[in-house]
Amino acid sequence: MIRHPGRRLSRLAALSLLPVAALGVFFVLPVLGMLAQGFWPEGEFDPGGVLEVLARPRVHRVLWFTVWSAAAGTAISVLLGLPAAHVLYRLHLPFRRGVRAALLVPFVLPTVVVGVAFRQLLGTSGPLGFLALDQTAVAIVAGLVFFNVAVVIRVVGTAWESLDPRPAQAAATLGASPWQVFRSVTLPALRPAIVSAASVVFLFCATAFGIVLTLGGVRYATVETEIYLLTTTVFDLQGAAALSVLQLAVVVALLAITQRLRAVPDPTVERPRPTAHRPTRADLPSVLVTLLLLVFVATPVLTLAAGSLRADGAWSLDNYRALGTSGEQQALLVPVSDALVTSLRTAVDATWISLTMGLLVAMIVTRRSLTRAERRLRGALDGFFMLPLGVSAVTLGFGFLITLDQPPLDLRDSPLLVPIAQALVALPLVVRTIVPVLAGVDDRQRQAAASLGATPLRALLTVDLPAVWKPLLAAGGFAFAVSLGEFGATSFLARDEHPTLPVVIYQLLGHPGELNYGMALAGSVVLAGATAVVVLAVDRLRVPSVGAF
Amino acid sequence: MKPVLVSVLALTLPLTACSVVGERSDDSGQPAGAGGGTVVLVTHESFTLPKQVVRQFEEESGYDLETRAAGDAGTLTTKLVLTRDNPTGDVAFGVDNTFASRAVDEGVFAEHGVDLPAGAEDYTLEGEAADVLAPVDNGNVCVNIDKTWFEREDLAPPETLADLADGEYEGLFVTPSALSSSPGLAFLLATIAAYGEDWPGYWQELVDNDTLVLDGWEDAYFGEFTQGSEKGTRPIVLSYDSSPAFTIADDGTSTTSALLDTCFQQVEYAGVLEGAENPEGARALIEFLLSETVQRELPTSMFVFPVRDGVALPPAWAKHAEQPESPYRLDPAEIAANRDAWLEQWRDIVTR
Repeated sequence: MIRHPGRRLSRLAALSLLPVAALGVFFVLPVLGMLAQGFWPEGEFDPGGVLEVLARPRVHRVLWFTVWSAAAGTAISVLLGLPAAHVLYRLHLPFRRGVRAALLVPFVLPTVVVGVAFRQLLGTSGPLGFLALDQTAVAIVAGLVFFNVAVVIRVVGTAWESLDPRPAQAAATLGASPWQVFRSVTLPALRPAIVSAASVVFLFCATAFGIVLTLGGVRYATVETEIYLLTTTVFDLQGAAALSVLQLAVVVALLAITQRLRAVPDPTVERPRPTAHRPTRADLPSVLVTLLLLVFVATPVLTLAAGSLRADGAWSLDNYRALGTSGEQQALLVPVSDALVTSLRTAVDATWISLTMGLLVAMIVTRRSLTRAERRLRGALDGFFMLPLGVSAVTLGFGFLITLDQPPLDLRDSPLLVPIAQALVALPLVVRTIVPVLAGVDDRQRQAAASLGATPLRALLTVDLPAVWKPLLAAGGFAFAVSLGEFGATSFLARDEHPTLPVVIYQLLGHPGELNYGMALAGSVVLAGATAVVVLAVDRLRVPSVGAF
Repeated sequence: MKPVLVSVLALTLPLTACSVVGERSDDSGQPAGAGGGTVVLVTHESFTLPKQVVRQFEEESGYDLETRAAGDAGTLTTKLVLTRDNPTGDVAFGVDNTFASRAVDEGVFAEHGVDLPAGAEDYTLEGEAADVLAPVDNGNVCVNIDKTWFEREDLAPPETLADLADGEYEGLFVTPSALSSSPGLAFLLATIAAYGEDWPGYWQELVDNDTLVLDGWEDAYFGEFTQGSEKGTRPIVLSYDSSPAFTIADDGTSTTSALLDTCFQQVEYAGVLEGAENPEGARALIEFLLSETVQRELPTSMFVFPVRDGVALPPAWAKHAEQPESPYRLDPAEIAANRDAWLEQWRDIVTR
């Protein structure tokens, strides 16, 4: 066992070299480049201009709306996601794997299409029109929950699945009611996972873009939509820089808070074993909540699927047949089928990049620290890798163009930029899925392995891998879905010859014509189906030899 | 432990085989075209040309064409301005008359020196901009109506901007936001051109008449317009002069029409980028964009009208896509000077 602090730190440095360098080049540098445009207008340092922007009353309103809508979206996602995580990961129910995979579908749906589906439900002529929610903040929060509840279910569910069931059983044997068991045993053990999920969801909500615009109309603006407007329409780079700094400040504050709340738990992770049980009467409330949640998520998706089957006012498969063509009057350069292949290829790259980096980061931040300085360093690194979620895609996209344009970093036209950008978006999700489980592995197991003569690699494979295998797959599914559905950065960087499917769907939506709209819906359904199938397949992968350990 | 490694390898190998990294090595290693190298075109996401047309350019000129398309016209303009010291390409297409001033003032473009075909000079900008930006296409943003709806309701359809504020048409009009949508901005400019200083009053009337303002053109047309979606409830929508060519019923007539007294003209330009590596190739591409081959393709590929005289339109366009005689126009310099203030004022009115 390595006890020497110097060697420990050098190992830490060696492990973190790759992810830190990658984030430095593809995140820190571009963002600083764009901030510099705002702080040095006309080449002269003028921080006063940026500060003035922060004093505008409009900025305060926008910031306040961003924070409260994201907080509401996060709170509701957690409240609804917890019972669903219990039902889908701890109970023996038919189709639960399929449902888990299907819950990731909203992730990849283009926001415009979801927005139209939502408005068909909420609009004055829709079935929920009497609630008068169209174009309200409630609609925006509902949209945020729709897109993000899957994060809570997946992150918390994965941790719940790996939880040692014995403490809870012991408590029950000692006479605790199910609610008492949940509050005093299960909830504390799940806290790191819940805080992890909530922090990611908050960042997703706070930087949501399309859904706020589509469901909020002109009435509501968030920091993210404001940065977009200031950068591309009004050309106020000072204002955009000010808001980016504000965004970063909020994110750093949030990360500092969650770091405390997440606090290292007792080692609670057991070798995964089948712990699911048959539903009992006590599970009824959570099953009901889950069913309601499924209805809520499924309704817009089904509305959309039904729309894709309509052509010329009748039911038909014409929209799907047209996917192999270039659309009405050649709206597209490549058929939708080609774009799907590009999307899948890109997603494969984004997934392995984010999994590799995510695993390294998770290992770095979860190893037991010997000194306070070391713990601080690991904590800082942990937060550092969450930052890409908290920064506007517009800032990052333009930043790529102005900072990665000189050798040796002349990368702005590289085809790899798209999967790398997507991997950066997925990285925090990967890290947050793996860390709670990896942190729960008792370090004494590694020490025992080492004292029995295992090399560090061997110890990693025997102790960590079996525990982390399922979360790793769950994270892989996440990364894949994020990459398939990513539109912001991709539309900015995608190359004309090889557009991804979301980019093509937006091209179709850009032109009138019933067939174009129908094809966009059909393309969205195909994208959703492909995501569900791949996630389902990934979830079923097993380490073949876990039992042999 | 071995089986683990084997299974990990077995999983990752096929994955890398179908990834982008695996695929790209074959086309990135290609040497530049034998003729005159590569021309890099920077444009927005709506730019498309059929493959055979691109091939014709490459064969005739000897240049390879590489297209980098991303974002809308606003994103494109910001991109060009930010990268003006080290441009990402040789030639840009897609800066329109609402954004032209900014790009020209920032010195993004060099003189193109291309002779414009007959008809194109009607669309050139004034002053210095005329020498650096060549008009390639034009189209109009116009209010569209669902003719079948008005026939069914036995109501005379609106004709002018003023009609839209008339109580008879209360709750029937849907338009995209001027903040986030380029047709939305064009419509705001149309009302400013029509009403001058009094435009805020007109917009207040529109809002009072229950006009629905949504984020994007897609949301408005496909979500709310009665001819864009089976569930739409509003028969008046902001769209383009070419839109009626896309709503042809079985009997050969269009179910929609554009109100030609409500239009704002949008012109898209191409220009050689200052500091381009291949200015010769850039000029060759601009000449090609103005050639009859491309001009004839514009309606089908990009849904806009040619600027060149005497180019035949597709049959559906010739029959159903009527262009306004005298659309509203505003001086690009005036737009550049006032855009921020107008947008802020507009936002206050529609969100009040």
